[in-house]
Amino acid sequence: MDVAFLARLQFALTIAFHYVFPPMSIGLGVVLVVLEAIWLKTRDPLAEQTARFWTKVFGLVFAMGVATGIVMEFEFGTNWSTYSRFVGDVFGSPLAAEGIFAFFLESGFLALLLFGWGRVRPALHFLATVMVTLGAHFSAVWIIVANSWQQTPAGHHIVEAGGRVRAEIVDFWAMVFNPSTVDRLTHTLSGAWQTGAWLVISVSAFYVLRKRHEQAARLGMRVALVIALIASLAQLATGHGSADGVAEHQPAKLAAFEGHYAESAPADMYVLGWVDEAGERVVGLRVPVAGMLSLLVHGDATKPVTGLRAFAPQDRPPVQIVFQSYHLMVALGMLLIGASAAGVVLLWRERLFRMRPVLWAFVLMVAAPQAANQLGWISAEVGRQPWIVYGLLRTTDGLSRVVDARQVTVSLVLFTVVYLLLMVVFVYLLDKKIKHGPDSVEAGEHADGSVMVGGQRA
Amino acid sequence: MSASMLATIWYAIVGVLLTGYAILDGFDLGVGALHLLTRKDEHRRLMINAIGPVWDGNEVWLVTGGGALFAAFPEAYATAFSGFYGAFILLLFALIFRAVSIEFRSKEPSRAWRTAWDVGFAVGSIVAALLIGVAVGNIAWGIPLDDRHEHVGTLIGLLHPYALLVGVTTVALFMMHGSIYVVMKTDGELQEIARGWVRNTMIFFILCYVLTTMATLLYVPHMAARLRAHPVLFVLPVLNVLAIANIPREIHLKRELRAFLSSCAAMAVLVALFGLNMFPNLILSNPVTANSLTIHNAASSARTLSTMLYVAVGGMPFVIGYTSIIYWVFRGKVRLDATSY
Repeated sequence: MDVAFLARLQFALTIAFHYVFPPMSIGLGVVLVVLEAIWLKTRDPLAEQTARFWTKVFGLVFAMGVATGIVMEFEFGTNWSTYSRFVGDVFGSPLAAEGIFAFFLESGFLALLLFGWGRVRPALHFLATVMVTLGAHFSAVWIIVANSWQQTPAGHHIVEAGGRVRAEIVDFWAMVFNPSTVDRLTHTLSGAWQTGAWLVISVSAFYVLRKRHEQAARLGMRVALVIALIASLAQLATGHGSADGVAEHQPAKLAAFEGHYAESAPADMYVLGWVDEAGERVVGLRVPVAGMLSLLVHGDATKPVTGLRAFAPQDRPPVQIVFQSYHLMVALGMLLIGASAAGVVLLWRERLFRMRPVLWAFVLMVAAPQAANQLGWISAEVGRQPWIVYGLLRTTDGLSRVVDARQVTVSLVLFTVVYLLLMVVFVYLLDKKIKHGPDSVEAGEHADGSVMVGGQRA
Repeated sequence: MSASMLATIWYAIVGVLLTGYAILDGFDLGVGALHLLTRKDEHRRLMINAIGPVWDGNEVWLVTGGGALFAAFPEAYATAFSGFYGAFILLLFALIFRAVSIEFRSKEPSRAWRTAWDVGFAVGSIVAALLIGVAVGNIAWGIPLDDRHEHVGTLIGLLHPYALLVGVTTVALFMMHGSIYVVMKTDGELQEIARGWVRNTMIFFILCYVLTTMATLLYVPHMAARLRAHPVLFVLPVLNVLAIANIPREIHLKRELRAFLSSCAAMAVLVALFGLNMFPNLILSNPVTANSLTIHNAASSARTLSTMLYVAVGGMPFVIGYTSIIYWVFRGKVRLDATSY
């Protein structure tokens, strides 16, 4: 197999596996901030107990994120060194900024978050939780800046000197706020919030069903369902913004989202379908409004949308995989809005904890945001093909010249084996932690030395 | 500021980040390398928990150093990472196994489980230290680069005796540094054992250090060129030897923090010596020295370097601030409690 395919496969595998964890940390961080804020305000030992439990899960998730994350920073250089030479001036800056502003903040305060219970005052522990969560968000900011620049390059110029061609920053802030940064950042963060929230909802539903740790579970469920609902609505809004941006800046990708081939014609949207790539058409169920895609993009159902035939065949992304992942992502997004809205309403009516089928559905729903995250990235990244930097550098031109297929095959096999092992151990340990559940907080064990009696400070 | 001035400043910043990495991750890699030397589960837990709150932050120095290299000297980043492909992939697996071993080990009481992750932690730490040293040795020795700055050698070519010697020396240095850290963070039985480790690893390190110094002077004379040209810089090796000599003295007087700081100082001086003699080269090309990557032909544009300088100058005080807070909060001897690994 050729080295381009293998290197892409390796990058896809390592980034997909890595991306299981950061959204969980970001979302769980938000849940922890809320739980600790409740604890700080009410001094309710239940809130502390619940926060402590989720802190332990956070520690496990975070360790996996760190272990798999360092691979990503190395891989740009190991497998994509020609790309690195071309973009380093632009792309390196957000990576370095991520290290300075995000990783140090996260890892420093993580120590207090995990090991600071009973060692520092509750207010300082809360501060540490806020800082770790902020750090995780900053990390998302900088890496999305870097990735968005690959999607919609801006603030740079191309310089040719000494036989080499590369992109250099001319306007740092134009590079940071390139046309897709804000939409894609908010869209990604909405997904991350839902990922963390649904982990808490799922586990809490499981506890209620099993009549274990019920108080902690109800508290966790309340907090997480509200976060999930807010985030799912934000996901819809930012998703629409992202799609508009794609229509404007990456028309080939938008055309692939909907399998729209006609060079310039009003375009429909599909609920689901199958792309006949040879016949250049889609067979499937359309949204019953004619010209829906035109309507969403231009606010006018009769206006034309640029289709795939406007691009030479070598400039088109693979259509089927982009179409399918995009549609599945949208479907899962809708499901998540419905589920969190239903959950909040049932909670409001005080019926949720008696409805066992709903609770069981919630247990399984933990997979939905994870799947949507992965599918969203597949549509974003495969949809950018054949470019590694949209319009500037082709993916096949970004490879390391000195790394051959044999080397990549060996590393790819090793990554697959090691990541499978890690996944098995991670799931086993997460399952074990969940089955163990929250520990009750002993009276007198409080950080400030005060003893809690009936929720009051004695 | 001139482009050359900016590139020089960035050379220093990358140097500072990598020094921070060597000093900080150096002790937790060292603790990992020593991990299997004690068989008692309690000792192993104490050692892991001694680095528990800080190892992750220590590793961030490597990540940020790598990011800074990418941003400031993309040509050097690209050449090193693709040229050392096999070595870097191996380093990644070593770092992955060490990270998850720390997290996973205490989650099951079973002996086989714990032994497996103990081995993962120890082997990962030793391999990581060795590979970092081998990389340093190769950069000092020089690697074959073509006129596009691509590495044209093989993986086996990177494992020549000098590079391996620097690799082993790095393992010895980190083990010495780690054993001093264990003495500082523990008491009782484990501390007594660790005192023995300090003695043995110091002997190990000094033997390696003498050999590496001899080999460098004999076979890699360009790595002493700046000191030959500026004899006043000989104060650095003197400081280095004094710092190392101070370690057993402070250990004997039971002033562990001072012993640890001496070890930190010795490492900082070693990196400074390396950086001074390499300057202005980032990666030496051997045998065609004209193809070397220097701070001039590998750097990003002056505009990017100056923008990033604001980022670094704005960010690093915060980094140093909260790193200090964390080390302050977790000062003193390590104790096992409910939140421990």
